Amino acid sequence: MSAVMITRKVTRKWEKLPGKNTFCCDGRVMMARQKGVFYLTLFLIVGTCSLFFAFECPYLAVHLSPAIPVFAVLLFVFVVAMLLRTSFSDPGVLPRALPEEANFIEMEIEAANGNVMAGQRPPPRIKNVQINNQIVKLKYCYTCKIFRPPRASHCSICDNCVDRFDHHCPWVGNCVGKRNYRYFYLFTLSLSLLTIYIFAFNIVHVVLRSVDSGFMNTLKETPGTVLEVLVCFFTLWSVVGLTGFHTYLISLNQTTNEDIKGSWSGKNRVQNPYSHKNFIKNCCEVLCGPTYPSVLDRRGVMLEDSTRPTPSDASAASTYKSTNPVSQTTKSSAPLIPNEHTPEEAKPSIGAGTQKSTSSPKEEKPPSPTSPNAVAPAVIKESAH
Amino acid sequence: MPFHNLQELRHSASLATKVFIQRDYSDGTICKFLTKFPAELDSRIERSLFEETVKTLNCYYAEAEKIGSQSYLEGCLACATAYIIFLCMETRYEKILKKISMYIQEQNEKIYAPRGLLLTDPIERGMRVIEISIFEDSGSTSSSSTGSSPSSATAQ
Repeated sequence: MSAVMITRKVTRKWEKLPGKNTFCCDGRVMMARQKGVFYLTLFLIVGTCSLFFAFECPYLAVHLSPAIPVFAVLLFVFVVAMLLRTSFSDPGVLPRALPEEANFIEMEIEAANGNVMAGQRPPPRIKNVQINNQIVKLKYCYTCKIFRPPRASHCSICDNCVDRFDHHCPWVGNCVGKRNYRYFYLFTLSLSLLTIYIFAFNIVHVVLRSVDSGFMNTLKETPGTVLEVLVCFFTLWSVVGLTGFHTYLISLNQTTNEDIKGSWSGKNRVQNPYSHKNFIKNCCEVLCGPTYPSVLDRRGVMLEDSTRPTPSDASAASTYKSTNPVSQTTKSSAPLIPNEHTPEEAKPSIGAGTQKSTSSPKEEKPPSPTSPNAVAPAVIKESAH
Repeated sequence: MPFHNLQELRHSASLATKVFIQRDYSDGTICKFLTKFPAELDSRIERSLFEETVKTLNCYYAEAEKIGSQSYLEGCLACATAYIIFLCMETRYEKILKKISMYIQEQNEKIYAPRGLLLTDPIERGMRVIEISIFEDSGSTSSSSTGSSPSSATAQ
């Protein structure tokens, strides 16, 4: 009996996360689904640097200085570390609202909208907040069922709302958001430096060697140089340009998303309320700010049994599992969520849901049969206010 | 008052409803919660206790997100090691999150559970809301407001 329990695999939360991410190393690594371009990036960087170490470095170490390959190695390690950090980390994904929270927000919206006449479209779900004496509109995300925090945006490729969403970068195979923006910036910056470094020393190497052996002989002796120069030349324009663009964005404390949408540009538009109007302060906030934790808890264990959690073990796992029984009922009472249905219409589906949930085995009195009954009168009470 | 501790809460209570304290974005994107007292808690807990909890949480988050010499040092040191140091070191933010978790547990044990309420750590809700679960004594079948009226007399 106990042998069966030991061999049963533990389910971690990342396995049940909605959205289109792929996870590796048992939830430690989080990436987008399409990773082809990321492999290309890695291949180009590792390949070009390998050629540099193979062809240029032995010559330059002897004829110029051994510090050249040493510095190249350090720079290469830094670039790869930044790339992997950007690609593998959680960009700042906002978890979707659990059913109770989604219902609570729905009730608030319905209370705010008042009575919508039949056939009339309900007003758009927008919340206005005042930040730094500017009015910022918070939009409602129908997928995640939350009002997006300021600067958050929904990535359609990863199907997640990401905090301080910058853009989805196929080159790193992940979204760039609040948590990994500085790694992304340091990646582009260090890659620019590495590209310039390799390009410069390729030229130096070819010049030095041509003085001894002639230009054509040099190219024959070190064919890798030609390939490196080609890769570096094309990389330079794109990566250096991108670094420059992001330096500009950081100095203004803007995201790519805001820049593209023109959120803060134009005379009649709101001015950027997040900018400190000071280049140094903006840079410091983006690059030297605190390291935000991930709120996803990918490696938390999902419990198979449904014991009510005490706050002493109020880990995310147990609270998540305790709300699962509720989600089974709210799935069948899903008609409550769209605006069209009134609480009276939803009641029969709640009753059906109650029957469904009592069939599943539970240790103690489950919240599901009682909460819809308690919520339904509360809903009516709310609308009566 | 039916609930004297969390054990009793767990065994004899049933969940009536949940209240969600939303984020306060008036100071920008920093983590801060509204201190507005929700109507559903009117008969369950004193306004001052609730506000004290939310204000203390806001202070903790403000300290975690403060951009000052400590965050610069941590950032520069981590950058110099290509952020590999984060694989073995706990960040300042994570340390404060642990403090917050202990504070919430303490508040639940001392203040909220005896009143039939339960705070959920915001980190478990994506730092979007403070979820407060309102429990009923499972003997009563009425809705939350009428159910709590006999207990409100003894609630202190």
